[in-house]
Amino acid sequence: MSLLWVVLAGFALALPAPWIERRTGRAAGWLLALLPAALTLYYASQIPAVSAGQARLFSMPWVPLLGINLSFHLDGLGLLFALIISGIGTLIVIYGGGYMEDHPQRGRFFAFILMFMASMLGVVTADNMVTLFIFWELTSISSYLLIGFDHGRLEARKAALQALLVTGGGGLGLLAAAILLPMAAGSAELSTIIAGGVHLGDHPLYGLILALVLLAAFTKSAQWPFHFWLPGAMQAPTPVSAYLHSATMVKAGIYLLARLSPVLGGTPSWQLLLGGFGAATMLAGAFLALQRTDTKQILAYSTVSVLGTLTFLLGLGGEKATAAMVVYLTAHSCYKGALFLVAGNLDHGTGTRDVARLGLLWRAMPLTAAAAALAGLSMAGVPPLIGYIGKELLLEAALSSPWRLAATVAVVLAAAATVAIAMIIALGPFWRRAPLAPPHAHPHEAGPSLWLGPALLGAAGLALGLAPGLADRLLLGPATAAVRGEWGDMHLGLWHGMNLALGLSVLALVGGLVIYLAIGALRGAGERLAPLMRVGPARWYDWAIEGLFAVARAQTSVLQNGSLPSYIRRVLLVSISLAAWTMLAHDSNLGFWFDLSGIEAHEATVAVIIMLGWMLTLRAKTALTAVIGLGVVGYAVALIFMLFGAPDLAITQFSVETLVVILFVLVVYRLPRPTIYTTHLARLRDLAIAGAMGATVTMMILAVLSEPMESRLAPYFLSTALTEGHGRNVVNVILVDFRAFDTLGEIAVLGIAAFGVYILHRLRYDPEIVADRPGRRVDHVAAGRPGRVDGENQEGRP
Amino acid sequence: MYSLILITAARYLLPLLLLFSFFLLIRGHNWPGGGFIGGLVAAAAYTLHLISFEAAQTRRAIGLDPRQLIALGLGTATISGLIGVLGGRPFQTGLWLELPVLGHLGTPLLFDVGVYLVVIGAVMLIIFTLAEES
Repeated sequence: MSLLWVVLAGFALALPAPWIERRTGRAAGWLLALLPAALTLYYASQIPAVSAGQARLFSMPWVPLLGINLSFHLDGLGLLFALIISGIGTLIVIYGGGYMEDHPQRGRFFAFILMFMASMLGVVTADNMVTLFIFWELTSISSYLLIGFDHGRLEARKAALQALLVTGGGGLGLLAAAILLPMAAGSAELSTIIAGGVHLGDHPLYGLILALVLLAAFTKSAQWPFHFWLPGAMQAPTPVSAYLHSATMVKAGIYLLARLSPVLGGTPSWQLLLGGFGAATMLAGAFLALQRTDTKQILAYSTVSVLGTLTFLLGLGGEKATAAMVVYLTAHSCYKGALFLVAGNLDHGTGTRDVARLGLLWRAMPLTAAAAALAGLSMAGVPPLIGYIGKELLLEAALSSPWRLAATVAVVLAAAATVAIAMIIALGPFWRRAPLAPPHAHPHEAGPSLWLGPALLGAAGLALGLAPGLADRLLLGPATAAVRGEWGDMHLGLWHGMNLALGLSVLALVGGLVIYLAIGALRGAGERLAPLMRVGPARWYDWAIEGLFAVARAQTSVLQNGSLPSYIRRVLLVSISLAAWTMLAHDSNLGFWFDLSGIEAHEATVAVIIMLGWMLTLRAKTALTAVIGLGVVGYAVALIFMLFGAPDLAITQFSVETLVVILFVLVVYRLPRPTIYTTHLARLRDLAIAGAMGATVTMMILAVLSEPMESRLAPYFLSTALTEGHGRNVVNVILVDFRAFDTLGEIAVLGIAAFGVYILHRLRYDPEIVADRPGRRVDHVAAGRPGRVDGENQEGRP
Repeated sequence: MYSLILITAARYLLPLLLLFSFFLLIRGHNWPGGGFIGGLVAAAAYTLHLISFEAAQTRRAIGLDPRQLIALGLGTATISGLIGVLGGRPFQTGLWLELPVLGHLGTPLLFDVGVYLVVIGAVMLIIFTLAEES
């Protein structure tokens, strides 16, 4: 099976998903999950080949002229990500089916989530840089749709737009990098670049490429100072948060850095930037997570912290840190996905996400409690779970890093905070008494579709921890090798001996317990820092958006002031100056002369009619007369087309003139008698502009005619119209055959313009009606101005 | 506006003009004419009808909503381009059939039909919007 179809399958199913959902009802989630399950099996079947070093490749030319291919490549790193994406995707589709049971737009949810899954699979298997960029942007768009899923709520729409602007802005950096990197590395195919052992450290473009790649990765993976969009994205339904905003999409930035680390990594600037921003994000995320009491907010900030840790490890580089990155990433995907789903179950069963209102739920929700315990133990880094191995490797990497002391302190602090967060989420709600009363008197366990996901993810963390040999040689080792660009053996084990890392690990556990018990004091300290938060990066974003709108308002009030005469005046003046400047600058052959000898009597007559027509327009006392005067000009111009051998143009001109006159009549019919609003001076100015435009066009035509015409197209079209286009009317053959693609665009524009006229006439501003419908409420960020299409159902729909 | 002369004339002119517009569309590949011109003539014919009667009667005479005409036309033009894609050729490749009585029939003609429908739909959408404005 080709890699292309594996990636596109999700898109193919996304389209009919809403229809399937309507037809199958309750079973929809289980049914639709068959596709991601099949994809998981496919990727699993590739493990033997990939771990033996045989990467799979698919490539087809896309835009051959620009060297852009639609190409995919499956190696260790891509395979690990693909398995996480499709495996967790399966559980999320099943979970979403139960969680969104009564949601009227459940079908749309499935469509978006499948679309996202396919985009994400595209990102992690894309080989060509442009292919990677396109799937990268597709993940941003599907994330936008999913965060704003409850589009009736203002907060959801705002958060969706914020996430889109931040990640989309970073995406522009990736686009620029996708252009520059192939220039520097000699190929746009990542597999070719990496196999060739290219390292750009000494290339003059290195700094720029690194900055662009980091911009893309840091925005996508919520690194400080771009981290604020991720907690905002918690407006999405919980399965979305579990899938996109913890397990997969936010790791796309990590993936990009890991993928490019053989090409860009290892330099001092790489180590400093990734290490610095990663550590800052790791600590800031952990601190902010402890300040929150909403389960999803806590998990979101803790995800920010983990993303910082992964970036930090990539910055350290080397065998140990890379292995730690891969293991930690895998562990995090399992436990964080599970904990998000647990948070969803708590919300579902009790109606609250406030940890202060959740307590002693192990009796009511035993399965969820068990899953939460497994995931929480893994998160806290307790043996024998995979999270423990990840944490040990993380500590060992920090201990052997160049900045040993600072790195170790930062990692231990973050690890202790992670332990405390794990206890807040997985211990408190189930095993301790809640400080405040829950809103829901009878909490209940969720159905199988809701506990299956967290249970399996929690069990996966345990299985990987108990038998790390299952994954190290087959999956995690090849992934590490792909990041490092060289093969090496990997052997994971629970027991690393009595060493310093083990001691620090115990220290982190104890520290976490202390933080958990002293959480009240910590939150108090956090509140004193609140004024500082108000000038944090989230505010920078607000300021940027406000500034953008201020500029937009200022330039709109100047350029789009609503006066049609002033628009026309500006268009004409700009055209005149550009044309005149071009003609003067290029020293066009303006030595023409007026040779009137060849003009026939009937041609002169038409010219006279044209002049009479515009004089009639200028002297007209009523609008109707003016329109008729213009019609006369138009018909006379059509006559000229006729006389000089362009019958198609002439017929078109005749029809258009007729229809324009009718249109004008329909409009003018309603207008009051024309009054002269302008002063004498203003009209003289307009006369001067109109005269200058006429003179410029005349000069242009004469200048063009005085040049010898050398067209290769005209003879080509004339000779091939009949032989290849099967038509004697060359104009028509050009329109519908040689340049049919242009025509298709033109008729699309024609249709859009007609719809524009229609909508402008139907649009009515009515604040009350707009406010009544929450779904249609428009804030200043989401749309230009409130509006509503009127009369949609009263007429016109047969 | 009520005029017996106009109504009587429009009643007979509409089918004639539509026939003429169709004629222009069909002959377009070899002689002056084509989808754009044909569409404009047909739109002019319907507009004459609209001036003579009421807008609602003209809507009935057309049978389809102008918005649907635009969609239908764009769809037809796109499909005509996709026929070549099915055979593995680039989008918008002209394909021709030699038929005994009808002569050459090809996807460019289908494309022109799409143009014809879009032009009628766009013009009539604008004219109805203006004419029906209360």
